Amino acid sequence: MTAAVKEPGAGGAKLNLLGFDRTEYKGKPSTLCSGCGHDSIASQIIAVAWELSLEPHRVIKTSGIGCSSKSPAYFLNRSHGFNSLHGRMPSLTTGAVLANKDLQAISVSGDGDTGSIGLGQYKHLLRRNVPMVYIIENNGVYGLTKGQFSATADEGQKLKYAGVNELPPIDLCLEAIASGCGFVARSFAGDAKQVRELLKAALSYKGGTAVLDIISPCITFNNHEESTKSYSYGKANEERLHDISFIEPQGEIVVDYEEGTAREVRMHDGSTIVLRKLGDDYNPQDRNAAISKLDEAQAKQEFITGLLYINEGRKRIHEALHIVDTPLAELNEAQLRPPREALDKIMADMN
Amino acid sequence: MTVLDTRPGSQYDSSGHPEVVNDFSIVIATVNGSGSQTANNTIIRSIFKMGIPVNGKNIFPSNISGLPTWYTVRVSKDGYVARRQETEILVAFNLQTADADLQSLKEGGACFYPDDYKFMNPRKDVVYYPLPVKQLVKESGADTKLKDYIANMVYVGGLAEILGIDLAKIKEALVKHFNGKAKPVELNYGVVSKAAEYVRQNLPKKDIYRVAPLDLTHGKILIEGNTAAGLGAIFGGVSLVSWYPITPSTSVVDTINEYLHELRTDPASGKLTCAVVQAEDEIAAIGMLVGAGWAGCRAMTATSGPGISLMTEFAGLAYFAEVPLVIWDIMRMGPSTGLPTRTSQGDILTAYFLGHGDTRHVCLLPGNMQECFEFGTTSFDLAEHLQTPVFVLSDLDFGMNLWMTEPFQYPEKPLDRGKVLSEEDLKRLGSFKRYADLEGDGVGWRTLPGNPHPMSAYFSRGTGHNAEAAYSERPDDWEENLDRLARKHDTARTLVPPPVVQTRAGANIGVIAYGSSDPAIVEACDLLEAKGVAIDYLRLRALPLEEITSKFIEEHEILFVVEMNYDGQMHKLLQIHSPENAARLKSIAHCDGLSLTAQFITEKVMSVLQ
Repeated sequence: MTAAVKEPGAGGAKLNLLGFDRTEYKGKPSTLCSGCGHDSIASQIIAVAWELSLEPHRVIKTSGIGCSSKSPAYFLNRSHGFNSLHGRMPSLTTGAVLANKDLQAISVSGDGDTGSIGLGQYKHLLRRNVPMVYIIENNGVYGLTKGQFSATADEGQKLKYAGVNELPPIDLCLEAIASGCGFVARSFAGDAKQVRELLKAALSYKGGTAVLDIISPCITFNNHEESTKSYSYGKANEERLHDISFIEPQGEIVVDYEEGTAREVRMHDGSTIVLRKLGDDYNPQDRNAAISKLDEAQAKQEFITGLLYINEGRKRIHEALHIVDTPLAELNEAQLRPPREALDKIMADMN
Repeated sequence: MTVLDTRPGSQYDSSGHPEVVNDFSIVIATVNGSGSQTANNTIIRSIFKMGIPVNGKNIFPSNISGLPTWYTVRVSKDGYVARRQETEILVAFNLQTADADLQSLKEGGACFYPDDYKFMNPRKDVVYYPLPVKQLVKESGADTKLKDYIANMVYVGGLAEILGIDLAKIKEALVKHFNGKAKPVELNYGVVSKAAEYVRQNLPKKDIYRVAPLDLTHGKILIEGNTAAGLGAIFGGVSLVSWYPITPSTSVVDTINEYLHELRTDPASGKLTCAVVQAEDEIAAIGMLVGAGWAGCRAMTATSGPGISLMTEFAGLAYFAEVPLVIWDIMRMGPSTGLPTRTSQGDILTAYFLGHGDTRHVCLLPGNMQECFEFGTTSFDLAEHLQTPVFVLSDLDFGMNLWMTEPFQYPEKPLDRGKVLSEEDLKRLGSFKRYADLEGDGVGWRTLPGNPHPMSAYFSRGTGHNAEAAYSERPDDWEENLDRLARKHDTARTLVPPPVVQTRAGANIGVIAYGSSDPAIVEACDLLEAKGVAIDYLRLRALPLEEITSKFIEEHEILFVVEMNYDGQMHKLLQIHSPENAARLKSIAHCDGLSLTAQFITEKVMSVLQ
């Protein structure tokens, strides 16, 4: 993967390495509420997919059910998509990625989809380390059923019909790290630059599942001052662990940072994530530190963003299952059906 | 007469009754977990190797160890393999049930039991063969740890001597059982021969039952239905298996795992051409199939009723998004957890209509071991051809018991991968609508993810959609889609395996059955003919029901629908299928956890006819 070429196309539009202008990466018009955070995430997916010159036919878009899960319809029209069942996107994506290892899954889920009905599938997907980008559009509320608490809603939060939430939230990043996920990041839909850089890094991550939990305010049901999933809270309280820049392989490092204040994370594909220190010297390759940081943040209702944890050491599911490099879906009849002599031998052994 | 009165050393009934050769049932009562499987397999296999038709059924509790278990062996010179209600030979090795088991023995039958047991109400009309189990095991010199596992070989030796089972065949069976490993073969055979010798010297034959070599099993094999299904899937080109363990389906995937490395390893890389994933539950299992089927794999799972319940939502999605996948349902007794280790045909309506709203699935109904194997391929061909889930409804009786069958034939037909458009196809056609019914068969063309043509991509969903696969709530789009799915179901009707019909001269009575009911029906038809009642038999092999069945119904005055569930589920489906003949369809439903017997069917038929 190399940096996008920015030559003008026929209509003056910039083209990427595949010769596509950005409109080729667009989706259908959104039917979500105007101003929904999910739409700004979809815009960043379009921008990043174009910029990284992703081959659209090698991308699959999968989702569960809910407002967030409608998102795949709003980006990458030239990619196959599957809007599946509530909470069951992980298993469906596992099957698809097992069927064809050459596909890049960009999967979108919500906090209800992942944190409630689908928590089991989420944990097992991470345990299996299925290569994919798993985006959680997290707004702490059920939008499509008009405003019930999700499992990531804040303790003590009030909603019009649901009343007071008496239960603590599930931190889906903490769950991911606990489950052995090797790429865990959190961002805020209102921070387009950070979302974009983390998306690029996630798409370049070859170690397995990349989880990107993006706080994406629901402007209709959960955009109150007291909600930690609102625009105002996000803007006022976002605490970045670092500024992040993603550098593609062979790309020139153009990030401006001072000596001694940045940490580079080099990935298997040759790309680099540059983390510029903001506050404490946070090391995203230290699993215990990541867990402690998230625990502390949860206790203080702090909203930390950035690359929380990265590690490339675990086996991906294809390796764990010892399956061939050729996509299973592309095997021919001779590869799928054992020869006649094999059956004859088994039959002879059974008489 | 009482057989106890017969003289020592007599070969047959002294009262003048003819001896019974190759036509009786043995019931072996043991304690679950006592290692009786080796002994029972040895008995059935050695009789099979003597050329005598035989069938074994394991009637076991849902329990790891300690509860009563029974293994029934039917020996039949006529080739009948259904369960029988009568027991001629009893091995009473479970002391908790020994007295009750004794009462079930036919008059004149023989009872083998450990000699230190005293029956509370001994019968005088049966023959006893007390076996000194402890003494013989002790004399075998076996390691203390192994003693419990070889004690059962004592009754193998006793049966061999009394019934005339060839000891050489017993040795062959043990060699097969232990894959030729000399040490366990010698240990077990040592106990068998010692027990046989003891019986020869101390317990003269007093009953009338024995086996004698025949030549009716030559070239045949003994196999369990789940083994056949697993092999069928491997030779049917399965490329993704996702499953969650559940009795009685587990051995389907055990078989796939057992043969996977031998049969589906890519010689160049040494890696597998099929992924097997043990899912966290049945929902995830079918979810993976939906993703894999959508992306181009031949994807399957194996489960049972409770698993089917959990898979419901995804089954509906796969039906409506039109994704091929295969579900083997090895049926067990419901409702609920029910009797997990007892057989049933209780998932017919559930599987056929699985899903909310208007959902109908293609179901295959294997009726023998050949079909358990063949449907491994047929199910994938139909699923991909029709782009829909296909259920294969086997059951515990087929799945977990040994059946004799002709060896399986190599599948000659190429794999049917269905209507899949390549990049070149799309270039040639110039347009693509995922759900357009171009051929009028209800089946649209699909593309697989990874196809680089710009027109290839489409969006799959469980929500309403039009021919372009775009979201739609328009009433006309909805109706058009369901009309097309109905046409697809009609196409399935013409493609599924047709019923098998057996006719008899002058018959105006018909019986309709399916699956593992078959052996009992075959025998019942013969029993009824002997009573002067000629019956034609139609064995269903699939849903949806088709024209041959309608014709069969119309051509007979009385029709019996025989099945193993309480409500007569297939009977109801047939009444829906042929409403004008509904009154002539009589249900014979059997539902006690045990498989059908010819006697049961015969009595039910006669009670209606008289």
